[in-house]
Amino acid sequence: MNVRAKDPHNPGTTGEPLVTPMHDYRLSQLDQLEAESIHIFREVAAEFEKPVLLFSGGKDSIVMLRLAEKAFYPARVPFPVMQVDTGFDFPEVLQTRDNWVERLGLRMIVASVDQAIADGIVVDDGKTSRNRLQIGTLLNAIEEHGFTAAFGGGRRDEEKARAKERVYSHRDEFGQWDPKMQRPELWSLYNGRISGGEHMRIFPLSNWTELDIWHYIHREKIEIPSIYFAHKREIVERDGMLLSAGDHLTLKSGETVEERLVRFRTVGDMTLTGCVDSAAATTGEIIDEIAIARVTERGATRGDDRFSEAAMEDRKKEGYF
Amino acid sequence: MAATATETTDTQTPRMDLLRFATAGSVDDGKSTLIGRLLLDSKAIFEDQLEAVERTSADKGYDYTDLALLTDGLRSEREQGITIDVAYRYFATPRRKFIIADTPGHVQYTRNMVTGASTADLGLVLVDARTGLTEQSRRHAVILSLLRVPHLVLAVNKMDLVDYDQAIYEKIRDEFDTFAAKLTIPDLTIIPISALQGDNVVERSTNMPWYQGTSLLHHLENVHVSSDRDLVDTRFPVQYVVRPKSDEFHDYRGYAGQVAGGVLKPGDTVQVLPSGFQTTIAAIDLFDESVSEAFPPMSVTVRLADDLDVSRGDMICRPQNAPTPTQDIDAMICWMTNEPLRPRQKLAIKHTTRNARALVKDIQYRLDINTLHRDQETGELGLNEIGRVKLRTTAPLFTDPYEKNRTTGSFVLIDEATGITVGAGMING
Repeated sequence: MNVRAKDPHNPGTTGEPLVTPMHDYRLSQLDQLEAESIHIFREVAAEFEKPVLLFSGGKDSIVMLRLAEKAFYPARVPFPVMQVDTGFDFPEVLQTRDNWVERLGLRMIVASVDQAIADGIVVDDGKTSRNRLQIGTLLNAIEEHGFTAAFGGGRRDEEKARAKERVYSHRDEFGQWDPKMQRPELWSLYNGRISGGEHMRIFPLSNWTELDIWHYIHREKIEIPSIYFAHKREIVERDGMLLSAGDHLTLKSGETVEERLVRFRTVGDMTLTGCVDSAAATTGEIIDEIAIARVTERGATRGDDRFSEAAMEDRKKEGYF
Repeated sequence: MAATATETTDTQTPRMDLLRFATAGSVDDGKSTLIGRLLLDSKAIFEDQLEAVERTSADKGYDYTDLALLTDGLRSEREQGITIDVAYRYFATPRRKFIIADTPGHVQYTRNMVTGASTADLGLVLVDARTGLTEQSRRHAVILSLLRVPHLVLAVNKMDLVDYDQAIYEKIRDEFDTFAAKLTIPDLTIIPISALQGDNVVERSTNMPWYQGTSLLHHLENVHVSSDRDLVDTRFPVQYVVRPKSDEFHDYRGYAGQVAGGVLKPGDTVQVLPSGFQTTIAAIDLFDESVSEAFPPMSVTVRLADDLDVSRGDMICRPQNAPTPTQDIDAMICWMTNEPLRPRQKLAIKHTTRNARALVKDIQYRLDINTLHRDQETGELGLNEIGRVKLRTTAPLFTDPYEKNRTTGSFVLIDEATGITVGAGMING
């Protein structure tokens, strides 16, 4: 943006300027997206009693936290962050999560799927994915802490069901989303009214695309987990996906472990999140790679979305992110 | 274990700007096919999405790939073959990023169209060249005009099915021109296209040499939108007060918000409503930098020279150029819920960053959006109806006419019992 001046010692006189500035008062699309997201953060902080930011340490939630940092600077982000720990999170992601939380001086709540299983809040029948077990864990944590608004990093370009979801997405007492009962959302006027036991999911990145996220990370030079960049990794090829080998993954017959140069496009649960062959070692190279990518990030790398065309719609109705 | 983003390649953060447009039309007009084509040709559709659509098309026994399936969202919609809501789509060209608010066209979905149009810079209305203007296409144009969408494109689709006949196009064009003269449409462009064949969608068509204009995408990429914002009348609704209470920023007190109008500069004399106190802008902060000016739609934090009592809901403006503080609102309202709007009803109202309660004083008329007839006999406004309504609010709102400022001229009405958004209002001048 061309209006920035590092330190305006000389702000000028009080009258109207004599000369009209020569620029045309246009914001780049990235600046506009940023301005709109910051507006959402401030609106929620002003109108909700107890917000929380769902922070996985993945790239989208990092961009969210960066926007929150900007929205309230020089004050501290006025709400805690919460991570739902599947027990199968990448250590690099957890490290980045901790770095962000420490740098911003935030309170972090970890809602653990393992703990939820131990407490009988969710049932691990051996067939249900960790991703699915996150739902009950998340809803329980929201209820337990009495959060009235939870920021999520969902984007409308990610998936069909998300394309129709509001920025303020109402959840009933059971945490459920009812796509047919969504409130109209006009201009930049957000309706945050809820009754007892209900909460609102807030999606400040609704209008961002995967490429916008990367352009923003590139521009802001912010820390993201190293596994987004190309690295050598022991992997197993399963159902057309490249999964990280390790203790969390039991090899099926015929499967072999091999070392390849890969990176992750999304960083979810290790047992479900695939990586892609890539030599992209910088944000710039990632942007170049995505610009010509021919498969969506979820299609390429998320086992949880591959079971059915409406997988996301069903999980969202139950209370998923 | 962590890495910091680097900038070691030649990839530049693009200097693209953003265009939001709302599309209206039914499946029959080829709207979904057009959107599918724009997404496909700008490579916003990925292989896995296209494969899913090809699979579904084959399952349904179609002998072509139904691009309309790309924009169908929810399973409940796919099962019923309808679109129930506003869906947002994204694509980009090297010049611009586009956000499409895709709304269904049927009369019962007026509220969705109003929602989609509320943030749009441009409205795209489709008509089928074989049938010409319909009640539905007129209704779409009326809604876009009421919502003050500054640019309108009428795409005359399916030109391939009328042998690219110039006379047919001109008849529709002239008819629409006559109709549009009754509306407020600052900028109208009419383009003959075939979404299915791709004529005049991305490239100029060789099938219509008589058409001298640009392709639809070229128009979308080049239409000038930055001058649509009000850069004269300074309006800054205070959204949030930033008070760090830290050692380093002990005395910092900033007023955060999104600029709704005008250009703010350090040194400007301003007044704060409702108190009316005057002061000057000491600094405008954007994160950890101070900026020399702020204009719509920037989100900034303003610091004032004097220590005034300013809080959320206040409005910073210029001493000689202030919005009207009023408790009596005269507005066009689109009603969005089953239970009708009636006189004496009490509702919550949200206007900029201000909340109040509102009493319905009078419903002056219901606007027939097909004929523009004003029905003054009406006692209520039903779902998807638009009418002129007078409200009395419990606290003053700082308003401008909607035609001057779409932010300070708009509000939503909320049912206090259910919390549901039930109405959208545009303040009359």
